[in-house]
Amino acid sequence: MLRFPDEEIHSDMNQPASPSLFQFVLYMADNCLVLGHRLGEWCGHGPVLEQDIAMTNISLDLIGQARLYYQYAAELEGKGRTEDDLAYLRSEREYTNALLVELPNGDFAHTIARQFLFDAWHLPFLKTMLSSPDPGLADIAGKAVKEVTYHLKWSREWVLRLGDGTEESQLRMQVALDEAWMYRLELLMPAPFEQWLIDAGVIAGPDEIREEWERTITDTIREATLVLPEDPAVQTGGKTGIHTEHLGHMLADLQYMQRAYPGLEW
Amino acid sequence: MKEWPLWEVFIRSRNGLDHKHVGSLHAADWEMAIENARDVYTRRNEGVSIWVVESKYIHASDPEEQDSMFESARDKVYRHPTFYDIPDEVGHM
Repeated sequence: MLRFPDEEIHSDMNQPASPSLFQFVLYMADNCLVLGHRLGEWCGHGPVLEQDIAMTNISLDLIGQARLYYQYAAELEGKGRTEDDLAYLRSEREYTNALLVELPNGDFAHTIARQFLFDAWHLPFLKTMLSSPDPGLADIAGKAVKEVTYHLKWSREWVLRLGDGTEESQLRMQVALDEAWMYRLELLMPAPFEQWLIDAGVIAGPDEIREEWERTITDTIREATLVLPEDPAVQTGGKTGIHTEHLGHMLADLQYMQRAYPGLEW
Repeated sequence: MKEWPLWEVFIRSRNGLDHKHVGSLHAADWEMAIENARDVYTRRNEGVSIWVVESKYIHASDPEEQDSMFESARDKVYRHPTFYDIPDEVGHM
């Protein structure tokens, strides 16, 4: 674990050793868990068997990554909370995932648009995290980057197939992209805990990935014969716990068993 | 999506082994077939290489002709190298 110069400021017993790192690790965990849960909602409902399995595979990859982050966060916090406590016993205001990942599945095109816009950020960001001076982050990135390389390949190809497909699929893909568009930028807008880590050299800033992120998105949309959305609106809030109305419902589902039967085990 | 063609999937489980037929799936083209095969048939670490071939390109022998195709080989035991004593040192052949 790295030691940070601001530990003095946060040295009271209720604060973790490195509050920004703890918050960042939780943020990454929440992104992965929430998106993983959304994809899991497709289980048994996929458009074809093969894609049903593809989506639940990605779901399991993301939930696996979320576990690594939650375990690390619990360790950083050092207050005896476990990965399960962090996943099942925090309210929506305590979840700090980006809004994009909590958007409902919608039709298959909405799921693809959400996934593609997330993957287009996730992969280049993880690549920078590989060389983080924080060994915990670098380790998780090492495992996740292979999985996420496949996620982006999968979601990108579906944008291409639907965009450059039938009239119906193109229309649906365009609508889905237009609707998700205003949520994509939040991932590149550092929250205070990220800014602190960027300044400390622990994680990369948005400028280090912006070019690859933008190129992936614009090239794919162009190749898919879709129109680049022009809506300048940007939705943010997730990173500070201000969510869309969708997250609470999702968490009610995700956390039901632990809330109803505290401490329940398999 | 009912018009997606059927593909046969062959997986090599380890380098040095042959690709083995593991099943079939639906996909729009070979690229999707390989990705689907990856998701459907290699989730439990089963493979290092995937082949797919559209099912319509596989031509099969006729089960009706089984006797004329295969029966005649059954009584030709001399085609098996079972009449030699293999020294222990040779090991598995």
